[in-house]
Amino acid sequence: MPAERSLSERVAAGEARAVARLISGLEDGEPRAVAALRSLHRATGKAHIVGITGPPGSGKSTLTDKLIRHLRGTGARVGVIAVDPSSPFSGGAILGDRLRMQDHATDPGVFIRSLASRGKLGGLSRATAAAARVLDAAGYDWVIIETVGVGQSEVDIVRIADTVVLVSVPGLGDDIQVIKAGIMEIGDIFVVNKADREGADRVVREIKGMLETAAALSMSQPAALLSQGGHHGASALTGTGAFGSTAMALDETGHPILPPIIKTVAATGEGVAELAAAIAAHRSNLATSGGLEARRLEGAVTEMRGLIAYRLLDELEGPKGRELEARLARAVVDKEYDAYEAADILFAALTQGGRA
Amino acid sequence: MSEIENLRKAIQAWNAGVDKAVAKFPERRTDFVTGSGAPVARLYTPLDLEGRGYQAEIGLPGEYPYTRGVQNTMYRGRFWTMRQYAGFASAEESNKRYKFLLKAGQTGLSVAFDLPTQIGYDSDHPLSAGEVGKVGVAIDSLEDMETLFDGIPLDQVSTSMTINAPAAVLLAMYIAVAEKQGVGPDKLNGTIQNDILKEYVARGTYIYPPEPSMRLITNIFEYCSKQVPNWNTISISGYHIREAGSTAAQEVAFTIADGIAYVEAAIKAGLGVDDFGPRLSFFFNAHNDLFEEVAKFRAARRVWAKIMKERFAAKNPKSLMLRFHTQTGGSTLTAQQADNNIVRVAIQALSAVLGGTQSLHTNSKDEALALPTEASVRIALRTQQIIANESGAAETVDPLAGSYYVESLTNRIETEALAYIKRIDEQGGAVKAIEGGFVQKEIQESAYAYQMAVEKGDRVVVGLNKFQIEEGKPTGLLRVDPSVGEGQVQKIKALKARRDGARVAAALSELEKAAKGDSNLMPPILEAVRAYATLGEVSDVLRKVFGEYRPSVMF
Amino acid sequence: MERKIRVLVAKPGLDGHDRGAKVIARALRDAGMEVIYTGLRQTPEQIVTAAVQEDADVVAMSILSGAHNHLFPRVMELLAEKGVDDVLVVGGGVIPEDDYDFLKSKGIAAIFGPGTPTGSTIEFIRNNLKRK
Repeated sequence: MPAERSLSERVAAGEARAVARLISGLEDGEPRAVAALRSLHRATGKAHIVGITGPPGSGKSTLTDKLIRHLRGTGARVGVIAVDPSSPFSGGAILGDRLRMQDHATDPGVFIRSLASRGKLGGLSRATAAAARVLDAAGYDWVIIETVGVGQSEVDIVRIADTVVLVSVPGLGDDIQVIKAGIMEIGDIFVVNKADREGADRVVREIKGMLETAAALSMSQPAALLSQGGHHGASALTGTGAFGSTAMALDETGHPILPPIIKTVAATGEGVAELAAAIAAHRSNLATSGGLEARRLEGAVTEMRGLIAYRLLDELEGPKGRELEARLARAVVDKEYDAYEAADILFAALTQGGRA
Repeated sequence: MSEIENLRKAIQAWNAGVDKAVAKFPERRTDFVTGSGAPVARLYTPLDLEGRGYQAEIGLPGEYPYTRGVQNTMYRGRFWTMRQYAGFASAEESNKRYKFLLKAGQTGLSVAFDLPTQIGYDSDHPLSAGEVGKVGVAIDSLEDMETLFDGIPLDQVSTSMTINAPAAVLLAMYIAVAEKQGVGPDKLNGTIQNDILKEYVARGTYIYPPEPSMRLITNIFEYCSKQVPNWNTISISGYHIREAGSTAAQEVAFTIADGIAYVEAAIKAGLGVDDFGPRLSFFFNAHNDLFEEVAKFRAARRVWAKIMKERFAAKNPKSLMLRFHTQTGGSTLTAQQADNNIVRVAIQALSAVLGGTQSLHTNSKDEALALPTEASVRIALRTQQIIANESGAAETVDPLAGSYYVESLTNRIETEALAYIKRIDEQGGAVKAIEGGFVQKEIQESAYAYQMAVEKGDRVVVGLNKFQIEEGKPTGLLRVDPSVGEGQVQKIKALKARRDGARVAAALSELEKAAKGDSNLMPPILEAVRAYATLGEVSDVLRKVFGEYRPSVMF
Repeated sequence: MERKIRVLVAKPGLDGHDRGAKVIARALRDAGMEVIYTGLRQTPEQIVTAAVQEDADVVAMSILSGAHNHLFPRVMELLAEKGVDDVLVVGGGVIPEDDYDFLKSKGIAAIFGPGTPTGSTIEFIRNNLKRK
């Protein structure tokens, strides 16, 4: 009798149940799942990962739905990871993105997985990057990560993507502000969705203006932009988009090539072909320019940092961590230690091999 | 000192005294609320109505702003139409039920269609499996419609049809059946629900996206204003919004916001507000809080009259009158101690009558468990007849007017509804507010708050969270014969073999052409059903041209 | 780390009465579960595919149209076909008690009729998970 196939073998064979189970295991931090993913590591790297982010109500899921259809038309297999926030009160979540992707619900070439951010560290989900790797290893040619972009933490999720699509929409009032809040530099492609609405052209103009300003700034003093992003967190240091550390492409006159801005009406599919073409162009551009390698190096950095942050958090929140933390907190309040000393002790205990 | 000043003083003194007593002997609870959760004061007095003029706000029955009713004599002229929503299984079965109801003294028919019919699928469509004939009658073609009204002269009944996305098709079938009976369309009386916006929000039987759906609706308005002048072309429905969990004020607000959207769409399509305005009708729910419900109906009339007059400059008084059908609240019925539902229905029905309804459906006691049996439908109808003939509620016009409490509630609901309508206007109207999920979210919040109040025991539902008993399994429920689906499938097969296929194909291709253009779709739909094209065939042509609606918001 | 309970909430069939499904989705979220909400008009095929891809611990279906005797068993059949035997499947809505035994014989673990407090459903789910 042949030995039962391992989880990683079943994933590599593209078995939906195994893929789903492995993602759950990674979400829950199961050692068995981590081991399976590690054994799959060499099989990853083939998929092109597209991150789509934008404010709530900008139509990302509908856009993703239409993009799936387009990619399926080319015969490619598509995996989708849709991330929604967890409730900060109960830790539960309502994940509704599948609702808008019903057309592909039973298509064997499409795998849709909803993830709650479980965000102990902002919106950064422990398993998003890992789930993308699993779908990659399972043979999906494209992996779309869709997430609500309301803050810097969501940006981190997108950083593991090869191509980043930033979606805005007219009429939300704060659409531009969201972009201003320091995520402009990560966009490879800008989409103005619901472009049949009043104000779409204004949004396009504003994005264009901001891109031009940012481009001019980065040409003259690239360091300024990087440090400007720095206070948002470590990840901003490894900015990968149009104005990140990836060298900016210049046209023959020496002017920077701005990322494309595409108008779409996701509900009707208008502009989706153009978006798909822009994504394909970005992908081939990355391949020829060597940009892909730079991206993936940065992606690896982001992923490692995430793992370290979560490992620290797990240690901190384990029974021993909590116990030490409580004792040290008491000590700080009683003026035995100051907070810096206490943090040094705690950090040392968490990181020095032995568990705290 | 003026009388009102004296009263203010007296009430202050009275309140001080009562507060002292209450400090020692507390009232049953600290906060009293209506069925919708709005605060209720200990006492209502003329002070609560200060600043509101009688003539401008309340007025006389049959006169603007119609707070007291749309007719001057109301039920002294004739009772409301007693109209029980019915229909199940096959057209033959439903035809039998209609004849039973007419014989029992019912004065109008109300047709319930099964879900495949409501979503434009024939009984042999894969998605119809298990659904055929379950919640209403299955209608696949003109043939079924002929059977449904067999022996019922259509010039002598008024027929209400709960049909929305495919309303044009079912109306066309009704017109075609009448033609076969030798009854002209100008002799037809009745209503189609035809209210797609609340389907997106609360009821779920949509087919096409909003824009073409609004076109179909305005096509019907236009066609009927010329050809079927006595037909109520839409029944703008708050019923399902309330069933989905809204408050009374939200029911008024969202229904009227939908009404505004229909009026705007029709005006944009080139119709005059007074050409279609008089044929707009409404459909509300009646829940258990008697006074709040009465106030709700009165407030709805006032809000609509003001909007039609002030916003749309309607001149015909009939355009200003909010005429409505009422159904008692299905979601208020309990599966536990189902007999208690008879009493709930009686209170709810009384609120509709005291609120001036034009027609009424009373739910049967067993509807939380299954479709109603004949015996329980009879009790429900008798409930209306007792209110009409024995309670005295029908003997004078708007008997609760002038009650400080009811007038205050009326004012409050009006104010709350207007505030919602303003918020919806700011979002670009009801269609946009629905697409963006605002309306759904508001309803959902109310539904959840209600559920939690029941579970915490803040709100008592007799037999459910208080006064429970051990009960056996309910018996004697109606069961729909599962072979109905098979029967319908056979009928479609036979029909398709028999009919003139070339005529059907030609009619459907004409319809497709019309749908791609901008002409009125009623004539080609009518031609298609005359040729015995099936409901699914007609709907599929429109699906092809219009696409299908996909909900984009969840809550 | 505590494993999150994942629940697929679906409305099979054609009826559009989703008040109950939405209320329960919210109550489950507030009880700390992750709810995948798939909305109206779900075919058994769609429900089962979603249950597999989402790795749901629980499938909760609500139906008010009377088509339960057709649709619920179909979901169980398809789950079995895919070799899924560790998902807890529950139903709710307007379902006559006479049908409970039949549905249970097909593998539906519990039916929650009108008036069931959300707390009872939550408790049932917590106590009857097939995967620990």
